[in-house]
Amino acid sequence: MIEPIEYSIESTGRKWFEWKELWRYRELFYFFTWRDIKIKYKQTVLGFLWAILQPLFMMLIFTFFFGRALNIPSQNLPYPVYVFSGLLIWNMFSAGLTSASNSMVNNALIIKKIYFPRLIIPVSAILVALFDFLMAFILFIGILLYYQQPVSWLFILIWPLSLLVAMVATLGLGAWLAALNVKYRDFRYVIPFLVQVMFFLTPVIYPISMLNYPVLKYLLACSPMFAAVELFRFPLTGLLPDPIFMALSLTSGLLFLIVGILYFKRTEDFFADFA
Amino acid sequence: MKPILEVQHIGKKFRIQHLAGGYLSLRERMVNALKFQDNEVEDFWALKDVSFEVQPGESIGIIGRNGAGKSTLLKILSKITPPTTGRIISRGRIASLLEVGTGFHPELTGRENIFFNGSLLGMKRKEIESKFDEIVDFSGVEKFLDTPLKHFSSGMQLRLAFAVAAFLEPEILIIDEVLAVGDAEFQKKCLGKMEDVSKSGRTILFVSHQLGMVSQLCKNALLLEGGNIVQIGRAEEVINSYTRSYSSNNVFVNELTDQNKVYSINSVKPLNARMEITSNFAHNELITLEVIFSAKQNLLNTNLLIAVNNKNGQRIFSADKALNDLITVQNQNRVLLRIPSETLTPGSYSFFVAIHCPNTMSYDSKDLICPFTVFDNGSAFVQYENKWFYGDVFVKCEWEFFSI
Repeated sequence: MIEPIEYSIESTGRKWFEWKELWRYRELFYFFTWRDIKIKYKQTVLGFLWAILQPLFMMLIFTFFFGRALNIPSQNLPYPVYVFSGLLIWNMFSAGLTSASNSMVNNALIIKKIYFPRLIIPVSAILVALFDFLMAFILFIGILLYYQQPVSWLFILIWPLSLLVAMVATLGLGAWLAALNVKYRDFRYVIPFLVQVMFFLTPVIYPISMLNYPVLKYLLACSPMFAAVELFRFPLTGLLPDPIFMALSLTSGLLFLIVGILYFKRTEDFFADFA
Repeated sequence: MKPILEVQHIGKKFRIQHLAGGYLSLRERMVNALKFQDNEVEDFWALKDVSFEVQPGESIGIIGRNGAGKSTLLKILSKITPPTTGRIISRGRIASLLEVGTGFHPELTGRENIFFNGSLLGMKRKEIESKFDEIVDFSGVEKFLDTPLKHFSSGMQLRLAFAVAAFLEPEILIIDEVLAVGDAEFQKKCLGKMEDVSKSGRTILFVSHQLGMVSQLCKNALLLEGGNIVQIGRAEEVINSYTRSYSSNNVFVNELTDQNKVYSINSVKPLNARMEITSNFAHNELITLEVIFSAKQNLLNTNLLIAVNNKNGQRIFSADKALNDLITVQNQNRVLLRIPSETLTPGSYSFFVAIHCPNTMSYDSKDLICPFTVFDNGSAFVQYENKWFYGDVFVKCEWEFFSI
């Protein structure tokens, strides 16, 4: 034996976060993400192109109906740029949340047969969504060039920050729903509905300034994705979002993260019994 | 030297919920919460106060009937599910093989699956890379490495899966029944590999229903029954007492003796060498059948026939004996038939007993009685166990080789 390791297996005690263990298993994050990306685009002719085509078609549809037909204002941006910038970050959230929530159930066979820190599974699901985001981001740059959209240099700072906010929001909700889904499969049906509702409550296809009721604005700002979307557009519009709304949204994102991870850690020991 | 694994008073409780669906539904939870009552639950202890120690380099077999708690114990040891009570102290890295090919995905290629599966089993990427050629070599599927797994035959998938597992190098290896699959040649290869592993000083915990394999691979064994440890000790002893305890009601007793019959078979019992009733024999154990019958008359030309049926009810062989002057009409007659050791191959059998006048009539006959099984206790054919049917009987043949 090279490294004498001693540890004990006990009935569930109070345990918080095992960073060390996660670090030991770091390669598994990579392998799960890598596997899921491979599987996702296996036997597709277009492969990774789908990651680009999906938001592109969505953008075209929204531009036609909301931009042209309904004439929805889009701050000071061309509507396609407005909607694509929102969709880009939103899609990461919705795809990440959906697959993270179902990830534990989908990997039940593995969970029942082998031990590893369970958190790796939902996190990897989100990393897959991040990969798709990066693919679509290439198209986003193309769109920016096409519309000759001026971009503030702050994007170097703001875009990663916005991405981080979006990932925190995804992980918090995703881990929570993943754990709940293992125990109560009802959540499988709740998730698509939840994502749909949140889509309309987040200023992806319309600006929040369109709303005339201040109470409603506060309510919308409670969505953890509000901050991510507004931040992401900031280098394009140059319009600084309301700090109160931002604070509300960031706080709710952090709250979801804490609650989500806590619930996940508290129940993860019994996943194998329930899955 | 400190034990590498200390299992202290482990217990595992499951709640059996009496629900219609397999899993909890939120509606039921909420309805019950409104009614201020809990779901009807019943506690079930899959393991109760299990304690044992494993020394470094020891290989220990875990045996017991289905539902004895073997798999639960392995799951707790591999950290998949926590124990309800007690604790385990481990002084080495545990790798568990509760299944080969965990995480194998049909859409991924053989190469990709090796990496993913290896990583799941706890190998580092560099470790997999360095052993990659050996793994591929061991599996023998190099031609198909870049083919999606779904185009593999099930045998090939298994070889690949086992090849990855065979190159695990933890201090403690936990194996659950995984050898029960695969073709004969490959299984032999795996057994050899596992023997190497145990000889190299690693600790192995091995669960199997194939007692032959347990005795071949493990020095010691522990017997679980109803969640308790019944016995720990040398593998042969534990296996023996397990097979003895297995003997259930396999005795044939004819309670409704027909008074009109000239001959009637009253009881039939399979016995082991110690003359104990059993239904489980080692392949190299003497099988004795005791038949008790009564005769009202001693008719001429009457034979006692005892035959062995295989699991499909086909006769394998018969023993026929003319009774003539061997019996009495006053008392019951007791006959012992001995089947030499190493006659029947591992499998399930039953007896056919008849008292008859050859080719004319049967006075009394009982078919498919006293079911019994024969297990492999390390025969030359152990490698084929559950893989390939090599026949119902062992025959001592002679070989002669010439160079021409």
